[in-house]
Amino acid sequence: MSFTQNLQKVLRENIREYGMYIALFIIFAIFTVTTKGVFISSRNMANLLNQTGYIAVLAVGMTLVIVIRHIDLSVGFMAGFLGAVAAIAMKSGTPAIVVIPVVMALGVLGGLITAFPVARLGVPSFVASLAGFLIYRGLILMVTMGTGTIIIADPFFNAIGNGYIPDIPIGILPGVHKVTLMLGLIAIGLFIYSELNSRKQKEAYNFEVLTRDIFILKLIFVSALIAAVTWVLAGYNGLSWTVVIVLIVVAVYHFITTQTVLGRHIYAVGGNPEAAKLSGINVNRIIFMVFGSMGMLTALSGILFASRLKSATTTAGTLFELDAIAAAYVGGVSAAGGVGKVTGSIIGALVMMSLVSGMNLMSIDISMQYVVRGLVLAAAVIFDVMTRSSGK
Amino acid sequence: MNTPVLDKRETAMNTPILEMRNITKTFPGVKALSDVTFQVAQGEIHSLCGENGAGKSTLMKVLSGVYPFGEYSGDIVFNGTVQKFGTISDSEEVGIAIIYQELALIPDMTVYENIFLGNEIKTNGFMIDWNETIKRASAALKKVKLNVNPATKIKDLGVGKQQLVEIAKALSKNVKVLILDEPTAALNEDDSKNLLNLMRDLRNNGITCIIISHKLKEVVDIADSVTILRDGQTVCTLSAKKGEVTEHDLIKHMVGREIDNIYPKREHKGSDEIVLEVKNWNAYDPNIGRNILKNMNFNIKKGEIVGFAGLMGAGRTELAKSIFGNPDGYKINGEMRVKNKNVNFSHSQQAIASGLAYVSEDRKGNGLILMQDIKQNITLANLGAISNQLGVVDGNAEVKIANEYRISINIKTPSVEQLVSNLSGGNQQKVSVAKWLFTKPNVLILDEPTRGIDVGAKYEIYTLMNKLVEQGMSIIMISSELPEVLGMSDRIYVVSEGRIAGELPIEKATQENIMQLATS
Repeated sequence: MSFTQNLQKVLRENIREYGMYIALFIIFAIFTVTTKGVFISSRNMANLLNQTGYIAVLAVGMTLVIVIRHIDLSVGFMAGFLGAVAAIAMKSGTPAIVVIPVVMALGVLGGLITAFPVARLGVPSFVASLAGFLIYRGLILMVTMGTGTIIIADPFFNAIGNGYIPDIPIGILPGVHKVTLMLGLIAIGLFIYSELNSRKQKEAYNFEVLTRDIFILKLIFVSALIAAVTWVLAGYNGLSWTVVIVLIVVAVYHFITTQTVLGRHIYAVGGNPEAAKLSGINVNRIIFMVFGSMGMLTALSGILFASRLKSATTTAGTLFELDAIAAAYVGGVSAAGGVGKVTGSIIGALVMMSLVSGMNLMSIDISMQYVVRGLVLAAAVIFDVMTRSSGK
Repeated sequence: MNTPVLDKRETAMNTPILEMRNITKTFPGVKALSDVTFQVAQGEIHSLCGENGAGKSTLMKVLSGVYPFGEYSGDIVFNGTVQKFGTISDSEEVGIAIIYQELALIPDMTVYENIFLGNEIKTNGFMIDWNETIKRASAALKKVKLNVNPATKIKDLGVGKQQLVEIAKALSKNVKVLILDEPTAALNEDDSKNLLNLMRDLRNNGITCIIISHKLKEVVDIADSVTILRDGQTVCTLSAKKGEVTEHDLIKHMVGREIDNIYPKREHKGSDEIVLEVKNWNAYDPNIGRNILKNMNFNIKKGEIVGFAGLMGAGRTELAKSIFGNPDGYKINGEMRVKNKNVNFSHSQQAIASGLAYVSEDRKGNGLILMQDIKQNITLANLGAISNQLGVVDGNAEVKIANEYRISINIKTPSVEQLVSNLSGGNQQKVSVAKWLFTKPNVLILDEPTRGIDVGAKYEIYTLMNKLVEQGMSIIMISSELPEVLGMSDRIYVVSEGRIAGELPIEKATQENIMQLATS
């Protein structure tokens, strides 16, 4: 087969996986043109990634919730509420280094509370988490009633949402963030190494692998992508702490979902709960763990958002849950359960936030923005359903 | 054949209301019906008999339009004209109604709403006339002699009364031929008697009834004629008025085939070491509110294949699940011993740890995860064996193990990374078996191990079973196929209506005496 035939075949067979990357690329291209390059500028990209952070961590947790055939609507206001709890605690003098782990633990507890009626009593998660949605909305109003917006003064805490990793002060390449560039190069190295390694293993087992030229093309393409992102970010302030946190979360969850027994059990419960049960998997335990992890990431999302605004507000968390759910669906998670990758959901979150950022730069009215986001979500899911049914 | 075959003159006298001529229906890889001819006279009760898988349900699905015209070959002649039903409502239109074993009523709706569901009485063309609905529903209930308030909710009625509501629903549509699929399977003695009497009444009022039943006593009791199917073919039609047929005749025609020579030979050598023993085993299913297993006693010895024979719905799958950690949450009362130790499993995990494995009947429903690949399915029940203390799965070990099973039990696939949904039924079954062999069981429960798979794959599964018992494993084989039970087992338990109806050593077991126990 010729190179182009091979390429077509690979694209056709993996259209679902690559679909959202292509969509992201098209969205970037469109906004770059319509904003005359402002969209793709270092400053805007850095901003976009920081904005995506608090939705991205929610989307990671929501991916697993949807994979096990549940939903969690309480995460938005729970994030807002936990942000307010953090703000109040710091106002009373508790150091951020203590507040952050305590709030995360509270998040886990909140998730387990949502899971209890779902796992033990068979209450549909839609209803259980809708109750949480209302309760946390009420709690935010309650704790901010006296003060309104609570200003956060702690510089360490505020750096999470606004700060950037430090750079080494040497003379070369002025105006470029050297540490970020270095990390980018390391990332490319690691990527190429792991791809080569897995290819070697697959060949040893006689599995089907990409043809050599397509494989090289993939390596070049992804490496160039990482290089481009790194270069763009290095041109402003470098990697933000938010991006570092999101990357760590994604790395950890990607590892758990793809490499561990727990991950297998989660996808088994989502794929076929009956079979999972008969295979000796404790389905209830999985439900508790997935909702607990969702709660922890909700707390993290609340911390990222409060830190970014340097304050806790009465409306914090509004619509976060729907953004996270939309991100997961755009990222290829199946509503039928059992299918979906955390990496996909991150791309989904990026797609949704790019739309917001780009349309803001174009000064498109907020009313129209909602319509466009809705249409993109619908298109993504229709695409997913259609490729799914024709793929079989 | 010494039983009187309904002769041609007699058929000509009773005009046939329904004739199915040369019906052939194939599913991918299987010929479910082959040139079946079926003739029902006006105003009779006609029983359709045959073993599981003989084609009875398929034939009735062809008749009622579930398999539309064009998906089968042959003719359906109803009232003298050839019918081409495209949907179920087409067959209802001309007066054919079918009542399935699983009732199609909506539990939270009232009796009258259910009776006219999909057939609502409207005024002005769009508003439902509830008064007229209730009036006509009452009339329909009277016809089936059911004395309940039409405003009662279905869920508040017992199964027997629900069945009568279904019949009332059919009658409200001016049914001419009423088909009942195992109508008494879920009924107690009294309700069954009522229902059979009702059928006689309906017949006397000119409604033709076709009844599919495994309870041969009932068939002998009520049927005017009987048609017997076997392996998708019509065996014969017998006149059954006034005791012309006996249960024994029916059984003879139903099973009357030689056991095919597809069962690999193995010496029957039992050991005396009991590996699994179940005593006074009772189970109550809170979801349906019934005792599903009653006082069962049995044991399994090392290195033997024990067949569990019986009809579908006899309670064998429920039994298997109840001893395998009880995933469906039955209330269980009884004693179980594995390798002479009393056990009490509350979760399948414990059953697996004790050396039990259960290859489920319904591969797609609760056996495999179709959207995952072969290796992931094989390792699912024993991931501990290929992961470290931190729970990280060793991907290379997984591939290695999956490949070992692929080769040893011959799963036909280009690679173990193939999705299970892309495999054929036989290969899916092999994946299912591999998954449970990987848990290294002492007692392997196989629930309908060869259902829906082709002969070649069947033979491979049988050979594998023989190899496993040679190595000292014990196998419980639940099977509704009598030849398979007789061909593979060392010992046979026959289950009927949640009871062990009898135990037969292989030397004494015949298709006839198993059938006798299963229908008792």
